[in-house]
Amino acid sequence: MVNIEFLGPIKKEALRLDINNLNELSRALKQDEELSVWLESCAVAVNDVLVASKDTVLKDGDKVSLLPPVCGG
Amino acid sequence: MKSEKLQLFDGSLPVEQITNEWYREYKDSNFGAIITFVGVVRDEDGIEGLSFDIYEPILKAWFASWQKKANDNNAIVLMAHSRGDVLNHTSSYIAAVCSPKRRVALELIDEFVEDFKQSAPIWKYDIINNERIYAQDRSTKISGAGILN
Repeated sequence: MVNIEFLGPIKKEALRLDINNLNELSRALKQDEELSVWLESCAVAVNDVLVASKDTVLKDGDKVSLLPPVCGG
Repeated sequence: MKSEKLQLFDGSLPVEQITNEWYREYKDSNFGAIITFVGVVRDEDGIEGLSFDIYEPILKAWFASWQKKANDNNAIVLMAHSRGDVLNHTSSYIAAVCSPKRRVALELIDEFVEDFKQSAPIWKYDIINNERIYAQDRSTKISGAGILN
C-alpha cells in the first residue's frame, strides 16, 4: 500500500492506495471531484523528494505528498 | 551552543532575540557582511494577520541545498519562519546571509529570498474574521507542478 497525503490548504484526509506508479495515482485522484481540481497546480514528492515524472515507480510503504502552490514569508 | 541555522517558531517571530543571537554568534567569524531581511506582516485588505502551514521535511532539504550553495561561496544562510498565526505588524520571516564579501552577500540574499518565495513548502492564509483563507492568488506553483494532471 502507498500512503498519499495532502498538504497545506487541501482539506482531505490521507489515503492508502494499492498502486504501482504515479500514473495510477493520477487516475485514482481524478475520480475525486474535490481533488481533481488541485492536480494541475500541485507538485508531487515521493518520500519527501520532489519528482518530475508520472512514470515514477511506487512500492509498498512509499509516501506520496501533494504540494499545492506555495507562498512563504 | 550554536543555534540552528533554520529555526521555526509558533506565532510571530521574536525578531530582536533572533537577529541579536545571529549577530553575537557570527560577528567573530570574520564575515565582513551580515545581511538580514525581516519580513513584516502589512495591514492591508482588511486582514488581521497571516497564518502559515509548513511541511518541514522538504523545507529542511530545500534549506540544506541553499546552505551548500552558500558554503560554496564561503558564506552561510540563516532563516527563521513562523507556523500558525502572525498578526499585522509583526514578523513571520527572517532570512540572513553572512559572507566575507559584501557583493556575495547582497547577491545571495536576493536569490535566497526569491527562491524561498518560489519553492519553500509553506502555505499562507489571510486571517479575516478569525478565519483562515488560503492566499491562492498570491501563491506560486512549485517547479514541476501538474504531473498528476
